[in-house]
Amino acid sequence: MTQPPPPAPPASADDPAARLGGGRALRRGVIEALGAPALLLFASYLGFGSLVHGAELSLFAGLASTIATFALPGQIVAVELYATGATLTGIALAVALTNVRLLPMTLALVPRFGRAPRWQLYALAHVIAVTGWVQAMTVFHRVPVADRVPYYAGFAAVLLSSTLTGTVCGFLASDAVPAAISLGLIMVNPIYFLLMLSRNLAVPAHAWAMGFGVVLGPSLHLLSPDWGLLATGLIAGTAGFVIGRRPLRRRNG
Amino acid sequence: MDEPFAWLTIAVAAVVTYLWRGLGVALAGRVAPDSRVLDWVTCVAYALLAGLVARMILVPVGPLASVDLWMRLAAVVAAVGCYLAVGRRLLPGVLAGATTLATLAAVSGL
Repeated sequence: MTQPPPPAPPASADDPAARLGGGRALRRGVIEALGAPALLLFASYLGFGSLVHGAELSLFAGLASTIATFALPGQIVAVELYATGATLTGIALAVALTNVRLLPMTLALVPRFGRAPRWQLYALAHVIAVTGWVQAMTVFHRVPVADRVPYYAGFAAVLLSSTLTGTVCGFLASDAVPAAISLGLIMVNPIYFLLMLSRNLAVPAHAWAMGFGVVLGPSLHLLSPDWGLLATGLIAGTAGFVIGRRPLRRRNG
Repeated sequence: MDEPFAWLTIAVAAVVTYLWRGLGVALAGRVAPDSRVLDWVTCVAYALLAGLVARMILVPVGPLASVDLWMRLAAVVAAVGCYLAVGRRLLPGVLAGATTLATLAAVSGL
């Protein structure tokens, strides 16, 4: 009766008594991934599977890409540039630039795992991608620090399974379903990314960068299929960065 | 079945991708996630992705090239419209876009 009320959710994250323990935290991650996150990734990897098929790669190549990369935009860049006959250097640079966002994302997420062993962090880092990252940033305040590694591992395990299943289904469907439906599947990814990107228009620098990117992307591709995308990222990104900063600087004096 | 170059592409893509994640773990706590260099890098990544999306829709490389431009644009309009109509939920938007393209392609005899 004289006990204080239970601590608020943010405080419970540091309370050892609130720990679920490894197994239960992992299960909680699994359960919270089942549903919208798993479904959405499944749908977008359906598109990736069809893209792999359309690029005349094998199913195994597609699965290898999904397991080893586990970041859809970079996988699509790699397959698209492979299909256009780009050089390995061009592909490596374009994929690196596409996925460079994983660096700030990882920088922001890793400290939230607390004092987890380094090897666990390096292993978990492989499954840091947009869906899991957004989930972690959203729910970690109510997950005790010591439970976060198993929670994230469980969450990411479901995501990985759904991306692999999506890759297989999308690839096989390309042969099994009418051409019109497989075209619809390939269209899933440009649309998915378009909608995802539209959510980041609030930051002026990002909005400018994307606006320039939309204009330069197709035009520079026509000039040079090999380097067009890379040049688009550097030119449009830098322009957006510079323009986006300007009003801020003026306001500051 | 695949050329060696295909596997090389996949391996290189995987390595350069993990490089950022590994670097993120190594530097965590030492580099601020909101530094100016990372701001610029994020802008470049957004521009590259937006350029890629526009390129995939306007100048497609693979099977999508067999679909008329207006059909691809109609799919985008349907997707954005549905996405906004249902309160910015991704799944319905994506489904609307893909279904629109498949339907238009089927009607046009593809």
